[in-house]
Amino acid sequence: MLKVENLRLGFTADKKILAAVDGISFAIEKGETFALLGESGCGKSATAQGIMRLLPAAGRILEGRVGLDGEPLLSLSEADMRAYRGGRMAMIFQEPATSLNPVLTVGRQIGEVLERHLGLSGAAATERMVDLLRQVGIADPERRLTEYPFQLSGGMKQRVMIAIALAGEPELLIADEPTTALDVTVQAQILDLLAKIQVDRGMGMLLITHDLGVVARMAHRIGVMYAGELVEVASREEFFTQPHHPYTQALFEALPEISRRGLKLTTIPGQVPSLAAMPSACRFADRCAHVMPVCREVSPPWREVADGHTVRCHWQGEAVTDDGTRHAVTELDIDPGKPFLQVDELKVHFPIRKGFLQRTVGHVRAVDGVALAIFAGRTLALVGESGCGKTTVGKALLQLIKPTAGSVKLGGSELVGLKGRRLRDARRHMQMIFQDPFASLNPRLRVGEIIAEGMGALGVETDAAARATAVAALLEQVGLASEAIARYPHEFSGGQRQRIAIARALAVQPELLICDEPTSALDVSVQAQILNLLKKLQAELGVAYLFITHNFAVVEYLAHDVAVMYLGRIVEQGRAEEVLRSPRHPYTQALLSAVPAPHLDGHAEVIRLPGETPSPANPPSGCHFHPRCPQAMDVCRLNYPAVTGVSGTHSVSCHLIG
Amino acid sequence: MMGFQIVVLWSDVLIWLLVAAGLGVGVLIAKTPPLLAAWRRVGANRVGMASATVLLVFVLIGLLDSLHYRAQLESKAGQKAVYAIEVLSVLDALAAPLRSRNEKTYSAPFATRLYAKETIDLPGQGAVRDYPRLKHGGKHLGEREDEVAEDAAFTAFKAGVLSFVAWLGVFAAVATVNRKKSPKMKLREAAFAWDAVLLTLLLILLIAVPLFWLSGHYHVFGTDKVGQDVLYQILKSVRTGLIIGLVTTLVMLPMAVLLGIVAGYFRGWVDDLIQYLYTVLNSIPGVLLIAAAVLMMQVVIDTHPEWFSTAAERADLRLLALCFILGITSWTGLCRLLRGETLKLRELEYIQAAQAFGVSSWRIIVRHILPNLMHIVIIALVMDFSGLVLAEAVLSYVGIGVDPTMTSFGTMINNARMELGREPVVWWSLVAAFAAMFILVLAANLFADAVRDAFDPRAA
Repeated sequence: MLKVENLRLGFTADKKILAAVDGISFAIEKGETFALLGESGCGKSATAQGIMRLLPAAGRILEGRVGLDGEPLLSLSEADMRAYRGGRMAMIFQEPATSLNPVLTVGRQIGEVLERHLGLSGAAATERMVDLLRQVGIADPERRLTEYPFQLSGGMKQRVMIAIALAGEPELLIADEPTTALDVTVQAQILDLLAKIQVDRGMGMLLITHDLGVVARMAHRIGVMYAGELVEVASREEFFTQPHHPYTQALFEALPEISRRGLKLTTIPGQVPSLAAMPSACRFADRCAHVMPVCREVSPPWREVADGHTVRCHWQGEAVTDDGTRHAVTELDIDPGKPFLQVDELKVHFPIRKGFLQRTVGHVRAVDGVALAIFAGRTLALVGESGCGKTTVGKALLQLIKPTAGSVKLGGSELVGLKGRRLRDARRHMQMIFQDPFASLNPRLRVGEIIAEGMGALGVETDAAARATAVAALLEQVGLASEAIARYPHEFSGGQRQRIAIARALAVQPELLICDEPTSALDVSVQAQILNLLKKLQAELGVAYLFITHNFAVVEYLAHDVAVMYLGRIVEQGRAEEVLRSPRHPYTQALLSAVPAPHLDGHAEVIRLPGETPSPANPPSGCHFHPRCPQAMDVCRLNYPAVTGVSGTHSVSCHLIG
Repeated sequence: MMGFQIVVLWSDVLIWLLVAAGLGVGVLIAKTPPLLAAWRRVGANRVGMASATVLLVFVLIGLLDSLHYRAQLESKAGQKAVYAIEVLSVLDALAAPLRSRNEKTYSAPFATRLYAKETIDLPGQGAVRDYPRLKHGGKHLGEREDEVAEDAAFTAFKAGVLSFVAWLGVFAAVATVNRKKSPKMKLREAAFAWDAVLLTLLLILLIAVPLFWLSGHYHVFGTDKVGQDVLYQILKSVRTGLIIGLVTTLVMLPMAVLLGIVAGYFRGWVDDLIQYLYTVLNSIPGVLLIAAAVLMMQVVIDTHPEWFSTAAERADLRLLALCFILGITSWTGLCRLLRGETLKLRELEYIQAAQAFGVSSWRIIVRHILPNLMHIVIIALVMDFSGLVLAEAVLSYVGIGVDPTMTSFGTMINNARMELGREPVVWWSLVAAFAAMFILVLAANLFADAVRDAFDPRAA
């Protein structure tokens, strides 16, 4: 149905045109899902925008043909093209929060499409809208039509986005990372919905994603993109059983998972070449483990390895050879000993103020009685969906946010309520690594100054020369060249920036690093580098990690202990093996099952959770989880369950146990 | 040789202090490699350097106008020297012909006669109503009044050729120096945007030299109501404009930056207090507040004539007071902007990382927040500069602007405004003031753009 032939897209920069997408061809049949897989910056989104002819102002379509049922899209006039956009093809974007207009009601935004493409208005349109909202699984659609986007949750917004896309009765749906911004339980709902709608309507779907789990769940055929080129196209079965291109194989091996615990992850050295310095032959040659001289001379042609499975690679080898690059990096069973940091009944409540006099009318209970213990040299993973308060816990431990109540004891001394000098002394022992490496480094300071800041402020090293030596040593420790000292953060890639952030935190020799989703903004291959680095540092320096994340693969790979958080409270905690292998709390069970696994057989019995996390300003009575719990009982609505020990280290808060 | 007495006005002190501070900063920059690198990037920016050249010309005029003296009056030998009551500047001395050759009233650019008919007594013909001949404009032509165009064009051509020759000299000098420093490099490829500077210089020379040459014979921009040469007024206005723009900014900037950042960073009651302050200040009509302040100040000045030995000193103090009042009333906009931006910045992770290290609040403000606000400050400064020059015009209209004896773009526009309603229209004052202001503000804008781009590490 959709046929893309030799599409080349470029962006103008300084009077030159740099090709971001360089001659890709693929076809999508009716009722088929074609997944474009690749890391950031390899031209996936540009391809989608090129097909819709929605490229940004600097973008140019250089050559190629895009045909929808034989209709050449690229030669249509802009006025004709508008009939296609939203009509015969529709698009869903990554960020549901910004893809809806905040000042228009949901009804207006769906109605716009109906009016433009189907000529519907008035009662007929309303009826159609209600029907659409029901199809995408929104309860009480009549009321929702008159609501504004801010009244909807993230998952609901994405559902509305899908309803808008469906309104024009499209034959082709382009989904650009449709679930990347959503939580796993909601992601599972949206993926289900997309799959169901596609089957019902027989739509073609172009799914753009970087997540192998989503691909395994959704795609029929997969195209792997690298640096603006397609390098491998295969059916789902072929792709997951016999990936041929070294890049595809490396992507699989870079995934953290439980079978690789204690082992070093395979990483892809280097980074995607920039548009201005694209190698002329094979673009992956510089990072490839199987590179041959011919790779640097001739751009590889397409080679068919099986029916419908084509690869662009000179290398004819087959299987993945494990050549011992993944030696063990950490000892898994360290004796817990005495806890290094003991947290008890930690509470952080933010007041909600209203009215002229700003009176406090309620509290957002972001953290509501959390007890944790972190042991030296071990990793505690704090897991939960967005809004459950896990980041707030991290900041409250560091006293960046003042806890409302509770105690944080560092080696026996109480941190809550400390001020001035004594607090500063305590901060030497704990540091934080943030989520977004682009926001966590001051763009106007040079790397050397950034790393030295903590040493200066905490008085670790007062001598300038000694400080410079220390900075150079830190850079080497995190795997950066010492010339980085005099450069600015913007000259580094995301992974390198995260290394700088780690070096900054290590500069004061902390015993505990609080890592707030340190890899969620990074690509899989870069994530593997950072995880390896964190493991190496733990082995060398014996630092403890509090690893705040929503990514279970990372937890499985890295954590010694796991604590699962829901709505400001910990519902289950214990050794990683116990919590991950035999989860007892229904929420943990649902979370674990909802994670899309990058295998063919990775999603047998998924426990579907209805709805989304309620607001911590107004938590449900009794057990906070009961409105979504598949096994809720009467007692769950009345009392919050007490903590029950399952084993010496494993404890659960649930009425089902004990 | 006539003696003279140096007069130091308060605004002169401020201006020369600013120059000294500028030089000091220059030395500091030369000693700090990263700052030097940033300024090198400014130097490589063609538009930036072209506008800097234009700005430099304006600043030079302003500086020449900031060296004041009183000429010695002729007196008999042995008597105590007596100095003129009029305070002149070096610019006045250089432009003495412009200053002294006043006509009776309005005359158009390059005119040889006045703009309005008058009754003239001609010998033998009695009283005739005609356009009287100008005292100075086109005097050298005598009876050949219809040859103005040819004469002016020829003079302009002569001057143009001469200035081109002079420019070639400068060009050769720059090229030789450049050749010596880096023999292989062409001027176009040099690290400093010499080509832009030289081109701008050529343009300035080609316009300015013929203009001043011609102004010896004609009133090139015409004359105003009292017959003063408009070109001279423009030259004098430059200093007033620069002072109003710079000194006011200096008054308002520390207040806006400090209060804005403090409000945004510390939140809480500090924020409430500062917000309350600028909301109250904003809700009082600005002109009213300024008028009240200026009128009070005027009363003080008028009741203490003994403070001032010359009229120029009084006018100068009034100008400075106006700058302070404008500064105190105009910081709210920038303050509000900076508060909002700081609110955004303080939530960023690098600020939290610094807090986690126990870096003190002031250090966070100076190291992390202020540099990331600089682009807003620079843009706001340049926007305010033009706004302030205009505000001065408005205030002069209400009669609370600069001293009536002081020339400024505001007073020029204000005077010209009256004549727009008459037929035929007197347009030249307005056009000349507009053109001068336009060039000044545009050059300042472009230069600020170049500086901002150069200091943004992401764009470098």
